[in-house]
Amino acid sequence: MPKRDDITSVMVIGSGPIVIGQACEFDYSGTQACRVLKAEGLRVVLVNSNPATIMTDPEFADATYVEPITPEFVERVIAKERPDALLPTLGGQTALNAAIALHERGVLEKYGVEMIGASFEAIHRGENREQFNAIVHKVGGEVARSIVCNGEALGPDAPKSAKEKHALERAFEAAEQLGYPVVIRPSFTMGGTGSGIAYDADDLVRIAGSGFSASPTTEVLIEESIIGWKEYELEVMRDKADNVVIVCSIENLDPMGVHTGDSITVAPAMTLTDREYQHLRDLAIEIIREVGVDTGGCNIQYAVNPADGRVIVIEMNPRVSRSSALASKATGFPIAKIAAKVAIGYTLDEIPNDITAETPASFEPALDYVVVKVPRFAFEKFPGADPRLTTHMKSVGEAMAIGRNFTEALQKALRSLESKDAAFDWSHQWVDLDKDALLAEIAVPHDGRLKKVMDALRAGATAEEIFAATGIDPWYVDQLALINEVAGEIAAAPELTAAVLRRAKRHGFSDVQIGRIRNLAPAVVRGVRHALGVRPVYKTVDTCAAEFAARTPYHYSSYDEETEIAPRERPAVIILGSGPNRIGQGIEFDYSCVHASLALSAAKDGGGLPGGGFDTIMVNCNPETVSTDYDTSDRLYFEPLTLEDVLEIVHAEQQAGPVVGVICQLGGQTPLGLARGLEEAGVPIVGTQPAAIDLAEERGAFGRVLAAAGLTAPKHGTATSYAEAEAIAAEIGYPVLVRPSYVLGGRGMEIVYDDASLEAYLEKYVAAGLISHAAPVLVDRFLDDAVEIDVDALFDGEELFLGGVMEHIEEAGIHSGDSSCALPPITLGAREIGRIRRATEAIARGVGVRGLINIQFAHASDILYVLEANPRASRTVPFVSKATATPLAKAAARVMLGESIADLRAAGVLPASGDGGTLPDGCPIAVKEAVMPFNRFKTPDGQFVDTVLGPEMKSTGEVMGFDADFGTAFAKSQAAAFGSLPSSGKVFVSMANRDKRAMVFPIKVLADLGFEIVATEGTAEVLRRNGVAATLVRKQHEGPGPNGERTTVQLIDDGEIQLIVNTPYGAAGAEPASAGGDVPGAGTGGQVRLDGYDIRTAAIKANVPCITTVQGLGAAVQGIEAMRRGDIGVRSLQEWATVLQPPVVADAGAAG
Amino acid sequence: MSTPALLVLEDGRTFHGEAYGATGETFGEAVFSTGMTGYQETLTDPSYHRQVVVMTAPHVGNTGMNDEDPESARIWVAGYVVRDPARVSSSWRSRRTLDDELREQGVVGISGVDTRALTRHLRERGAMRVGISTTETDPARLLERVRASGEMAGTELSDEVTTTSAYVVPAVGEKRFTVAAVDLGIKANTPRMMSERGIEVHVLPATASIEDVLAVGEDGPDGLFFSNGPGDPAATTDQVALLQEALGRDLPYFGICFGNQLFGRALGFGTYKLKYGHRGINQPVMDRTTGKVEVTAHNHGFAVDAPLEGTTATPYGAASVSHVCLNDDVVEGLELRDGEGGALKSFSVQYHPEAAAGPHDAAYLFDRFLDLMNDRRA
Repeated sequence: MPKRDDITSVMVIGSGPIVIGQACEFDYSGTQACRVLKAEGLRVVLVNSNPATIMTDPEFADATYVEPITPEFVERVIAKERPDALLPTLGGQTALNAAIALHERGVLEKYGVEMIGASFEAIHRGENREQFNAIVHKVGGEVARSIVCNGEALGPDAPKSAKEKHALERAFEAAEQLGYPVVIRPSFTMGGTGSGIAYDADDLVRIAGSGFSASPTTEVLIEESIIGWKEYELEVMRDKADNVVIVCSIENLDPMGVHTGDSITVAPAMTLTDREYQHLRDLAIEIIREVGVDTGGCNIQYAVNPADGRVIVIEMNPRVSRSSALASKATGFPIAKIAAKVAIGYTLDEIPNDITAETPASFEPALDYVVVKVPRFAFEKFPGADPRLTTHMKSVGEAMAIGRNFTEALQKALRSLESKDAAFDWSHQWVDLDKDALLAEIAVPHDGRLKKVMDALRAGATAEEIFAATGIDPWYVDQLALINEVAGEIAAAPELTAAVLRRAKRHGFSDVQIGRIRNLAPAVVRGVRHALGVRPVYKTVDTCAAEFAARTPYHYSSYDEETEIAPRERPAVIILGSGPNRIGQGIEFDYSCVHASLALSAAKDGGGLPGGGFDTIMVNCNPETVSTDYDTSDRLYFEPLTLEDVLEIVHAEQQAGPVVGVICQLGGQTPLGLARGLEEAGVPIVGTQPAAIDLAEERGAFGRVLAAAGLTAPKHGTATSYAEAEAIAAEIGYPVLVRPSYVLGGRGMEIVYDDASLEAYLEKYVAAGLISHAAPVLVDRFLDDAVEIDVDALFDGEELFLGGVMEHIEEAGIHSGDSSCALPPITLGAREIGRIRRATEAIARGVGVRGLINIQFAHASDILYVLEANPRASRTVPFVSKATATPLAKAAARVMLGESIADLRAAGVLPASGDGGTLPDGCPIAVKEAVMPFNRFKTPDGQFVDTVLGPEMKSTGEVMGFDADFGTAFAKSQAAAFGSLPSSGKVFVSMANRDKRAMVFPIKVLADLGFEIVATEGTAEVLRRNGVAATLVRKQHEGPGPNGERTTVQLIDDGEIQLIVNTPYGAAGAEPASAGGDVPGAGTGGQVRLDGYDIRTAAIKANVPCITTVQGLGAAVQGIEAMRRGDIGVRSLQEWATVLQPPVVADAGAAG
Repeated sequence: MSTPALLVLEDGRTFHGEAYGATGETFGEAVFSTGMTGYQETLTDPSYHRQVVVMTAPHVGNTGMNDEDPESARIWVAGYVVRDPARVSSSWRSRRTLDDELREQGVVGISGVDTRALTRHLRERGAMRVGISTTETDPARLLERVRASGEMAGTELSDEVTTTSAYVVPAVGEKRFTVAAVDLGIKANTPRMMSERGIEVHVLPATASIEDVLAVGEDGPDGLFFSNGPGDPAATTDQVALLQEALGRDLPYFGICFGNQLFGRALGFGTYKLKYGHRGINQPVMDRTTGKVEVTAHNHGFAVDAPLEGTTATPYGAASVSHVCLNDDVVEGLELRDGEGGALKSFSVQYHPEAAAGPHDAAYLFDRFLDLMNDRRA
């Protein structure tokens, strides 16, 4: 059955901003889908609010709408584009929910749009617990005994709070019936939002309460506990002819009770007999049939009782998921791509397997290797957050590794995390190990548990004891014991012989680990190893365990016998990716890496080397990304990004053919941190040289660059001790901004107001190892009330191409990654842009940039300060590229390989004239807004962590609002990030003293627009004196009034507030109240600050937009005005490109 | 440290590893199996008689050995090649470790070799003879003995694996049909799946005559079945003659694997040795009678040489290819009809609808056999 001929255009919905539980795996799946659909000759209409995605590059769709994924906006796109079909199964839960909403509103019917991939009914059957449970029973499976709790008995019109109350009562009854502990699962959520395990009634109130809020249907499921059972997942694919294949089985090393996204997972399943596996497979096939996912992929999760094999079906996702991305990378079977093909009518046997080219996709991959995925957490970013792992996903990223056995794959995966403490370490003393304490510790799942399991084994715990404490299958425990034994052999060996090294390497030990055990420098271990000829070979991921020849060079290292790297003729460029997603380093860097690969593969006569471009070689270990799609580069190495692993790849590729060099500039801090080591090992670095990178990082040298160019930086100094830091602070004056060197995402960056805080800061970070003589702390004068400006530019040694100038909406002091910004800058004139251009060029030249540079400026009192310069691709490159319709990363890659900006202008890669600083009149305004993961993190007693923004980055993702004027663009950005701004209702206002003056005008506008203003005492008084009527409301710490007058938090809880404006007492970046920081300027003291915290967390819980800066308030007012002016339109990037390109030749004609 | 072991292929390629299972020396035909689960079923499958099986899945033995999953009373493989054998077994059903079982049954194995390199070698050069030794340290001397060992092509092996005496597997529930099943290396799950469908299965030795077949049950058999089994179908003559007799009497026939090859020969088609065979549980086969694709368990080194398109007139009816492997277009099933487009008379498949190990997608074929016997009766 070939492709359907009744579909000529398809709408694809993306997953929006990166959030915990929904990361760049959906860019990977969406990009694949768009590619496939376009290649099939269909018109592709894409909606995704996330500008950092590859899929929103204009070449991947025919009409790309970077618009909010809300039913209102998507409907506008449908009305305009009139697609025949909507494919909602590749954009995560966001796309699925949007499609459901469109169906329920009758939009799809109205415009005659058919949902393909999965029908509305199938989605509902898969997601609705009761229907799903009935299906499982029907096919002879079992589900955990459970009881649905909702407020349906009260009727559809009952208020949400009443429904929640009723549902909670039902939940109590259910828990009594099933017996504690019970698992709580809200309906229609993803990433386990709102779910958890309740051991008693208190837990139940806490978890079910947030579950009701998280569930759009105010419904949770209370379920018997199967904590500690073995957990499995199958990836299933079905076509319209009812052909079904299982793409991959995945086993969780962490048993039931830890969200699969937070678990260490292994593919294929390691501890199932064929009998049990086939039972799971049969169930999967029967379930997908009954649910009716006709054309596409889905995953099904199971729990298996280790004592008797009883199988419980946990849930299914009737869509492509995070696990699908993992399974695709783990097997070489591109689930999203195949799902898109079957959605438009192909059957699996009609689709070729890309990797073998000869065999069809209607088979099940066979693996002759082991894949291990490990999560990466960011608890250090959220002080006070509960680090226990539960059914509620908390990890922000993941790394995957492939090895020829489990031990090799596990150790590679752990070092891929690039977290100092992730890899196993045997250098600490045995005396530290207290078996009983360790067993108690590992009984509670937490980040780093596996290391504690290793320690417990070393302390003499038996496999049975470990299993009893953790539920980790004894086979895995034995594998861990094996790693320990090998460590013992390494330590005990008289010398490092080839046999000792081979055995160590076979079980995944890195040179660093061996060096620590033997007290040798890693370079020495490497030297010995190379002298003995112990080097890895590279195997191929081929979907078929070598049964057929592989055509796709997708490789992984192993210490085995035979290598499969083919010789090459074209010169190769090795691109280092960015590793696991983390806060501060995510999809934006993958974007640049992918672009470099695409550009260099296609570039003709690149770098003066004739013969049609380069072979591009990607190295990365993040399974969620587009860069680790085997289609992206000429060769893919799925490998850890450590010096050892990269050097071995370079060596292997140098044996295979000419290697021009390694690109370290695009993947963020990870590859940048490897540049020096690679250079020292004699590996050529392409583009900006490591010396230049150091020059920008090293304060003294960078200061001289600035001085030579006549540029100003805030007063600053560097220190390695409190005494030194205090002296600097005394000289330049408080407040000061302090931060460790060589970090990304503002890790450890704080604004400090006095000596005591400074001392505490140094104590904390010296102890954490972030500050040392090699990495001193940087102390800068903090510029209050400055406007921050971010610049991305391209420099070829001669000419500067100003990519874009972004003006932050929030004041200085909030990390640029968390700040919203506008491009073109809304308040900067041509003169300022001219100054910025000259400063950028001087710095790029002075540092010696070949490629991209990102500079942060602060503009205060008409002085332009240089805050910092990073000679690498920045987080904003994709945003700038989309806002200006210029492929900045592609151009950068070619500049790095030797082409000039003039060449690229001539080649049509860059505009023939002008740049991002000379955007034409009438060009659109792009607003970037950050998205925060606060709803994911709670303190151990169940309160949300504080949401105040500061110099340390906390956001996980971003959206772009794009329109002709700032207000509309801002409104769109808010709608995309948080759901829409309100256009009427109640606004609660509570301002810090220093913000009260600035608040009056915007609040007055809101009042004039008809909003009811509610405020606490001080704020209300100021407003009234300025002629703005404000209703007084009780502060939280005052408690309810004598006549039951509610407090602010109660009002928010009751859903009566539509917008919250709350600027923190104290300054931006102050320690959150829950951490007990003692920060001066804290208004009337801790009580008030605690109020602010309560208000902001109530906002998260109630999902009410909460503005925490004066500047944000101003922007929001403009946005609300724009919304009320009338219907906001939608426009595709392709349409905007005709406005933006070719640019009008102008000197410095910034709009606004 | 462990005992070193040596593996030498007949073309001289040598791998060094460690002893696994029993020590000693063994020879056989080197084949690779890509199944990621089901080693216990594989080891006890009589079709692997005289073959040295290379497991492409690196970890083997993780779930130990249990009492429910063996497909026959013993391990049949001549030798076993794995990369990372389990040190412990983990399953609530496990009774003993694989290592112990191999040792107890005297199966010589080798671990720690680059099984992927070995697999790629066999894929490129074809299945070939191999020797594994824990007693020989000189590859050249082992190679001589490998080259002196028996070849698979031209070898008849049914006699070595078949039951010595007939036995009956009773129908579960109401008995609906009686089938004579000739054991050419039958797997336990085959009669089990028939009996679950109300078939009383009379398992007969490979030497069974047409009289033996016709004598089963009270009223004679409703159908004839030939099982899977080792060896070269071209070297088998007695069972082909038996099958032709049965077809001449219009006895409904169902064959699996070796039973498919013999069906092919009985219909006048030839058979040939595949370069490296199909051994795995992930093979896509299309049932051309329905257009559906099934994921199936395979274990065959030989195949039937029949035209993929059209029908072939035979003395017993119109024969055609019913199933094809989508990977390489190898014939995976045959059917015999009462003239072109006529009623189904007999059929067979090259792969394993009884699974064990493997997916259950093809279990419908047992129902098809049931329908066939039903139609004949009616």
